[in-house]
Amino acid sequence: MSQRKKASASQSKSQQTNVNEDEMTLSQMTSSQVQRARENFSSVQIDRKVAEVVQFILVKDQKKIPVRRADIVKHVMKEYKVIYSEVMNRVRRTFEQVFGLKLEEIDTKNHIYILINKLEAGETVSMCPGNPKSGLLFVILSIIFMKGGVAKENLVWNTLKKLRVDSGEKHDEFSDVKKLVTDEFVRQKYLEYVKIPHTEPVEFEFRWGLRADIELSKLKLLEFVAELHDQDPQSWTQQFREASASESRT
Amino acid sequence: MSRPMGDSHRRFLQSMMSNGIIGASQAKALHKHCCETHGAHYAHDRLDEFIDVINTQLQPMFMNIRKGMSEEDGLQYYALVNMAETDVTRMASDYADNELELFRKTMDLIVDSESGSASSTDILNCADSLQTKKLKKKETEHVLNKFVQDKWLNEKHGEYTLSVRCIIEMEQYMRVIYQDLIKVCHVCHNIALQCQICENPRCGIKMHLPCVARYFKGRSEPHCPACNDFWPHEIPEILRSQSQGSQSLSSSAKENTAPTPSTSTTRRSKRS
Repeated sequence: MSQRKKASASQSKSQQTNVNEDEMTLSQMTSSQVQRARENFSSVQIDRKVAEVVQFILVKDQKKIPVRRADIVKHVMKEYKVIYSEVMNRVRRTFEQVFGLKLEEIDTKNHIYILINKLEAGETVSMCPGNPKSGLLFVILSIIFMKGGVAKENLVWNTLKKLRVDSGEKHDEFSDVKKLVTDEFVRQKYLEYVKIPHTEPVEFEFRWGLRADIELSKLKLLEFVAELHDQDPQSWTQQFREASASESRT
Repeated sequence: MSRPMGDSHRRFLQSMMSNGIIGASQAKALHKHCCETHGAHYAHDRLDEFIDVINTQLQPMFMNIRKGMSEEDGLQYYALVNMAETDVTRMASDYADNELELFRKTMDLIVDSESGSASSTDILNCADSLQTKKLKKKETEHVLNKFVQDKWLNEKHGEYTLSVRCIIEMEQYMRVIYQDLIKVCHVCHNIALQCQICENPRCGIKMHLPCVARYFKGRSEPHCPACNDFWPHEIPEILRSQSQGSQSLSSSAKENTAPTPSTSTTRRSKRS
């Protein structure tokens, strides 16, 4: 362990540049530069770095926190950032081959990644029925979807109230419901919670977050709602069209 | 040559990642479920081989699915452990510095004790002397609760013990840090904290309570397996939970025919 640290420390001296310049370095490297940088690392060192990045992303993902490329570089990659793409390609392959997960870039401008489940769409781990939080989330996403993609805050709270989940009261299971929905679910990119412009007093509305788009099957969701209403999914023409369209995209 | 990894293995691993630790009976049910979901060949007595396939792939990632026995009920558990840093820093992402210090102190108290446990009063007392940042009484209680919820500690009548997950995961670390203070069980050779000790001063071997129960079962005159002195402790009975364990397996397997066996049912059945 200490030897390994020493080895990487001595490397860092020669490679050390400001982490903030990372964007620059990444895009300006020529292939021969990468090749030369690559020779500074032994394959054992690179294996180890891949493992560290995998662990780093897994820890973040446990809490469903999206991972920023800048954080990966700053906290894990460090002097290995010169071979960023090579390491990340192997990280990606490891996630797919070992864990059945896909590392998806949900924000290509700020380079933000999340892990999504590759094993059979629709039956994702996050939608495991034993988890009350995902149950609540599923209901909220259903409301938004059935309302055509956007739902006013009040509508969501009132619907939840009918299910005996009151955003103004402390809930046994969810404790602070409002915080869970507008903070945790939003941070996890399941929901978007945005101010409606020109409202006085200020009103907010909910939309689907990027993670919801990727992880959830709209068709499965519509089938679920239809079953509740004891009707055919196709009787909601617009929703059915959208659900089928998004299904064929994936 | 190791067998290649399939989707059944991946699903099993994903479930281990979200649970952290599961009982052997749940692991068996999960094994079946994963194989059936992905149409893989299922052999009920091949769970450990199934896990070996996963472990081979996990090894470069410094992770491992390990088996261990609970000191309390004597049942087998499977835990996903991180071997990169077997140090307490493994918990670093979830806890603040002073919370980690509190955990280390709690661990010290438990390892030093005869009973393999630490009372909440003793833990609260050492919370006053934390070097990083002192914790108030209320805060300490809250942190202890968090340790129990995250399955690092067990609590019973105000006495805290190291959970099976903690022991499986931190075994290496504990052996390095505590060295001679750590004794292993004479029967199962795992770290022994909650156990009985031979009273012969030249012997002093330790045995887990469930191991004692199994070892002396049906013997009228218990003698120390090492020095042959009389074993002066009360011999615990083999816990009923072992038979209950297999019952809950069949029921949870049935309940969970749909998606991945849910966390909440397993948690609930453990609490009750």
